[in-house]
Amino acid sequence: MLHIVNKSPFEKNSLESCARLSKSGSCILLIEDGVYGALVDSETNEMIQSCLRDRSVYVLGEDIQARGIQREQLVMGIEVVDYAGFVKLTVEHDKVQSWL
Amino acid sequence: MSEELQSGIVKKFLYINRRAPHGTNYAQEGLEVALIGAAFDQDVAMAYLDDGVFQLKTGQDTKTIGTKNFSATYRVLGDYDVKRVYVERESLECRGLSEGDLMPLVYEDEDNDWEEKPLIHIVSAEEMQQIIDESDVLINF
Amino acid sequence: MTLEINGQSFETDEEGYLANLSDWSAELAEAMAQQDGCDLTENHWEVVNFLREYYDEYQIAPAVRVLTKAIGKRLGKDKGNSRYLYELFPYGPAKQACKYAGLPKPTGCV
Repeated sequence: MLHIVNKSPFEKNSLESCARLSKSGSCILLIEDGVYGALVDSETNEMIQSCLRDRSVYVLGEDIQARGIQREQLVMGIEVVDYAGFVKLTVEHDKVQSWL
Repeated sequence: MSEELQSGIVKKFLYINRRAPHGTNYAQEGLEVALIGAAFDQDVAMAYLDDGVFQLKTGQDTKTIGTKNFSATYRVLGDYDVKRVYVERESLECRGLSEGDLMPLVYEDEDNDWEEKPLIHIVSAEEMQQIIDESDVLINF
Repeated sequence: MTLEINGQSFETDEEGYLANLSDWSAELAEAMAQQDGCDLTENHWEVVNFLREYYDEYQIAPAVRVLTKAIGKRLGKDKGNSRYLYELFPYGPAKQACKYAGLPKPTGCV
């Protein structure tokens, strides 16, 4: 299953719920303000690290660029995808859960 | 219009910005309203806390998401005579950011050969309490 | 509202400011000024071009006070004062010059 988070983890608990309720082997994609959750050295680091142990985590490149986030500022292990990659992820998974 | 306001009492306005810049349009609207307020010769200060600190992040480039890159507009705050921009240290730290991640905003001292002075003050939560408490008018975005 | 120039029409807001920044051309600026009974001289163009550069850099049309200060810095105090600028643009330097520059109405003007 593909889980999508589009809200800032510092304003809403969407990322937290997603981390708690997504199964091992699933994919997590951070888009829009959700990409702030990928910042290394932030309070969300541990949550992302635990996701990365058994799930793949992606961020949308267009959204990190808009927000001035460099690739070096992302938690190691997170992959950057572009819009085409976003589409590919949604086709590859039969189900999508959006944590609004 | 400004004569009337100039002769009146100048109030201390504090614009409190707590939202990330691109997911909603609060940030852009907040900046615009603050600039309009500043054009009326009031004492205007800006406070950035919680996700609001992301508004001042360096290197924002919105051509990828097709919206207006209003992050360039923060650099006119000094031109509009906003001389104080406060950023809460605790908000920066829990987001993995430090002062170096913020745009270096300045104002130019017209009477001192356009000398550039820094606008941004990184303050503790305790100092921010004081700043909020001392303001006459609080406007939230 | 629309503005008709040389058989072409351009979309504007209710006060005559261009709706699309990309529609702007020097000819359009001249034509808008003509409609206000104003001939654009070199001195007018200096301000109009300054505003276009300012917008390009800061994504905002400056209020008159801010414009006056910025012109003073760039072109000297003899041009960075409201008397000089109001002589060039009697309807208000920021408002009128922004219109000819194809920018939105300045932030901080009513």
